[in-house]
Amino acid sequence: MKTESVLEKILASGNLAVTSECGPPRGAVPEVITEKAEMLKGYVDAVNVTDNQTAMVRMSSFAACVFIKQLGMHPILQMVTRDRNRLAMQADILGAYSHGINTMLCLSGDHPHFGDHPMAVNVYDIDSIQFIDMVRNMREEGKFQGGEDIMNPPKMFIGAAANPFADPFELRVARLNKKIKAGADFIQTQCIYNIDKFEEWMAGVRDRGLHEKVHILAGVTPMKSAGMARYMKNKVPGMDVPDEVVKRMAGIPKEKQAEEGIKICVEDIQRLKMIEGVKGFHIMAIEWEQKVPEIVERAGLLPRPEV
Amino acid sequence: MITAERKPMEELIECLGPYHRILLVGCNECVTVCAAGGRKEVGILSSALQMAFMKEGKTLEVREITLERQCDPEYVEELIPHIDQAEVVMSMACGCGVQEIARRFKDKLVFPAVNTKFMGASERQGVWAERCQGCGDCLLGLTGGICPVARCSKRLLNGPCGGSTKGKCEISQDVDCVWQLIWDRLKTLGLEDKYEDIMPAKDWRTSRDGGPRKIIREDLAE
Repeated sequence: MKTESVLEKILASGNLAVTSECGPPRGAVPEVITEKAEMLKGYVDAVNVTDNQTAMVRMSSFAACVFIKQLGMHPILQMVTRDRNRLAMQADILGAYSHGINTMLCLSGDHPHFGDHPMAVNVYDIDSIQFIDMVRNMREEGKFQGGEDIMNPPKMFIGAAANPFADPFELRVARLNKKIKAGADFIQTQCIYNIDKFEEWMAGVRDRGLHEKVHILAGVTPMKSAGMARYMKNKVPGMDVPDEVVKRMAGIPKEKQAEEGIKICVEDIQRLKMIEGVKGFHIMAIEWEQKVPEIVERAGLLPRPEV
Repeated sequence: MITAERKPMEELIECLGPYHRILLVGCNECVTVCAAGGRKEVGILSSALQMAFMKEGKTLEVREITLERQCDPEYVEELIPHIDQAEVVMSMACGCGVQEIARRFKDKLVFPAVNTKFMGASERQGVWAERCQGCGDCLLGLTGGICPVARCSKRLLNGPCGGSTKGKCEISQDVDCVWQLIWDRLKTLGLEDKYEDIMPAKDWRTSRDGGPRKIIREDLAE
């Protein structure tokens, strides 16, 4: 084992892993994070905690991770390169690891343009691949990015994102390979609605044997309504929602659309399970955490393994 | 070239409010090419300012001069015969020109008439786009001659983020995804494999982050 991460142990055991996420509150309200996390307890192996997602200010991922840790759960520290330079990022990694947080997801982050501080500097001192390399180097070489030694180097299990649906599609496998070369241990993908396209990407991944070098967790997000399906299709950059999915949601009476969204999500997980190289699921139920237990159960992912 | 855009008239009129005699100085270099502060624009702004002042029942005397290069001390000397008559100077050059005037004429207030924008190129008639951030360590040789530092909204050096859609950047349909452009170019050149080389974290000391920069050429410096 490279780390103490529970996620690493579960993936190494050959079980399908299940992760979910909690978005921290837009205020100093710790109850929001603990209530969300409690809903997930026993149903997921680890909980991603987003870092100023959609470039909106929220409680820091690090602080929210500590609350989740205190509940006896396993947080995954998400960190974006948008808001902090490499000094600040490494400082937070040391802090998080000192609090027992040993799993993280390295991202570049949404551009400030999308959030509530579009006037802010967008830092991008490093990109997501350089970020992965930095965290790997901290763990493997015990060195800061600047080259100096670290006392008790943080041993993080390193996650990265992959979006098989963004353009140019033909370089998306190569981009995954770069993340693996940089040191990614696991991947959480963008929400998958177009399973045919995801299968095509996975075939490319397997052709190069990349599925044996990194654990790929397939990302899914249940849709609450036909309106949400249309919004995801038309407004969210890099999201691929096929027309059939929108039509299926729209063909159901409004009051039953949420249930249909859950059903689609469960069916998708069942189908994704069959794809060689998928090692688990990342269920992003946005502001709908209470539905995660039901999805996990109906998808046949219970009980969660003890490791 | 360095590109610039004239500031809004209201802002210019406001800063000139208390004055009656100004020296309006254009520049024959970049700001002429991007039609922001050359001889022609000096003439237009001069008339516009005088008309605006007249409307308010005030007068404004404008002495118009366009220098060969406002960032060059040698040419700024040409302002000497005119500087005393002016209460203040308004410069239509980029920030470099404005500062050269301020440096040379220590007791004279100088206002910028343009906002200096970026180092760019002309895409077509009347359209200029950013091309270079002057990072001080050019990597165009690795990216097919297209710069991700200046042209990726997140200045990502290792490829497109998950927001690249149909060749466009996630921030706007008007912005090309530079990594799509780089990828297309690498393919044209038969260099797709190059994409998988990891570009290491950049040393930003050569950029503005290392502090204000200076070039000293010992062979030329006096």
